[in-house]
Amino acid sequence: MFRRPWLRLVLLLSAPGAWFVLIYLAALLLLFLSSLWSVEPFSGKLIHSWTLENFKRLVDTPVYRTIALRTIGIAAAVTVADALIAVPFALFAVRIAPLRLRKWLFVCVLIPLWSSYLVRVYIWRLILSHDGVLNWTLEKIGIGAANIGYSNWAVWIVFSYIWLPFMILPVWAAVERVPDSFLEASADLGAKGSRTFRSILLPMIFPGVVAGSIFTFALTLGDFITPALVGGSESTFIGNVVYESVGVANDIPFAAAFAVVPLVVMAVYLVIARRLGAFDAL
Amino acid sequence: MRIAKIDAVLGVTLAAMALAVGACGSSSSNSSSNANLPTKIGKTEGELNLIAWEGYVQPEWTKPFEEKTGCKVHAKYAGSSDEMVALMRQSGESYDMVSASGDASLRLIRGGNVQPMNVALVPEWKNFIPALQSPPHNTVNGVHYGISLQWGPNMMLYNTHTFHTAPTSWETIYSPKYKGQITIPNNPIQIADVALYLSKKDPSLGITNPYELTEPQLNAAVKLLKEQHPLIKKYWDLASDEIELFKNGDVVVGAAWPYQYSTLKAAGAPVGETIPSEGATGWADTWMLSAHAKHPNCAYEWVNWVSSPKVQAEQAISYGETPANTKACPEMEKIQKGSCEEYHANAPAAYFNSIKFWRTPVSDCGNGQNNCMDYSVWQQKWTEATG
Repeated sequence: MFRRPWLRLVLLLSAPGAWFVLIYLAALLLLFLSSLWSVEPFSGKLIHSWTLENFKRLVDTPVYRTIALRTIGIAAAVTVADALIAVPFALFAVRIAPLRLRKWLFVCVLIPLWSSYLVRVYIWRLILSHDGVLNWTLEKIGIGAANIGYSNWAVWIVFSYIWLPFMILPVWAAVERVPDSFLEASADLGAKGSRTFRSILLPMIFPGVVAGSIFTFALTLGDFITPALVGGSESTFIGNVVYESVGVANDIPFAAAFAVVPLVVMAVYLVIARRLGAFDAL
Repeated sequence: MRIAKIDAVLGVTLAAMALAVGACGSSSSNSSSNANLPTKIGKTEGELNLIAWEGYVQPEWTKPFEEKTGCKVHAKYAGSSDEMVALMRQSGESYDMVSASGDASLRLIRGGNVQPMNVALVPEWKNFIPALQSPPHNTVNGVHYGISLQWGPNMMLYNTHTFHTAPTSWETIYSPKYKGQITIPNNPIQIADVALYLSKKDPSLGITNPYELTEPQLNAAVKLLKEQHPLIKKYWDLASDEIELFKNGDVVVGAAWPYQYSTLKAAGAPVGETIPSEGATGWADTWMLSAHAKHPNCAYEWVNWVSSPKVQAEQAISYGETPANTKACPEMEKIQKGSCEEYHANAPAAYFNSIKFWRTPVSDCGNGQNNCMDYSVWQQKWTEATG
């Protein structure tokens, strides 16, 4: 084993490699193959004959296009919202806050992740409901009830809240990597704060934002629980159709076909993210 | 374009796997339903796994059962018949019984997911309403695939602060006046309710049976559903979802089961229920035995327990449904005076026959024609109308 270094390498990589091939790749492959099959309606048994019928149905029926666009649109909105919150927060925490406060802020970002996903979503459901805290507060200060419970607004807010730590952490890391000397040099050359921010800081932390956006975009794209719990009648996501096709209609091939859509979207997104430098720090 | 070595390895691996899977034979399981019927209930196995509607496995009657038989009960709650069918198809080996409604039972029988039961082992069966002893939704060619349990209507639930008198027509849930305050179940079988309403509102469509719809009739129902879509606050998946919607004031009217009404009433919420003039669909539930049940003796003990007059009464009042056992009435009066009348437990057969019970739509229209839409079309149309 020591005379053949390649053997050591093979043994080292065999376990994670096997996991990757057998579980991850095999699952993806089966997903794609299932999308090319169909199901017998009354007994629910799979018919193993190749057909493009599922994809045809996806393309021909306008409602699936609406659902796909809605899913992608809200995923984009969540990404933008989280980026707009994460960048000032990370800049404050790393560049302005004293060390003790910075450590506490870091802990605060992580603490929500210790609690159950469902608990957090249910809490938002209560806050946003007709009799909930949000409406109560808005009425007390005279604006009037917002009534955004069970709507796409609620879905956007809850997703932005839940994935925020995943956006803050990469941006935080990117801000930490900006050397003080760069900012000092920029000031020496006569740039005001906003110019330094635009021309030096932002380009340097942008890859961090893109890396965080991979999380917020991909996680929102595949989720179905939050739309089911806090969404309204116009909040069906790709994940909900997949869940209902498998669990209710038992039409696994159609679910697989629809599940291929977020895969393709993410593949395109990852290619763009790589071009924008998200993986440079790896 | 040079392909990196790792990409080549990946590509070859994927191709090999594709060939292997493509060569696989049919992976569907085929369970035989020709098991010999047991002649007596044997020793209990200590455990019982049920798929049930919320409210069907309450501690009130489950705890005494566990103490009496030693069968520890585990319940998996499902929100719709479709969910129950999917659970039985995908993981039927993990469950012993399922409380299937009439629109699920035939699919389970046809799919080989349930096995015949011996009614001789359930003495209370003789006291059931005749119409529920061997109903077509659980008895095929004289073979009983389960024991009827209880039945009930799909009624309209409303907030008494908004409606001072009960609405008289189902048109209330299609009315723009209550936009954003309506809820209906997220369940394709709901199309039958729409069809029932249309059969009275627009007789020119010629709908005689809400479960036997030709393509134009189904399209008319789906059109109304799409018009209703912007008025719906939320399509409820679980009964507890609807209860929360009413409790928080998010909706003021909707389609519900008696369970939601009795739970909200018990919590002091201002609600009322009614069956409007067009009539109602309903459901009749059967406890069916899984084809791969691991605890059949506990299962038979459970069916005997929930068929007894006392437990039938307890469940009927707790849920708000009507018992199959005719001897349950006196027991219901003992628990709650007037309940027998309220839940139509002593109603004549005419009332039973007026409810359009859930059935799985098939292409056979029942009048010699074969152009009715089957359930898979209903499911597709439902997703399209409510997505």
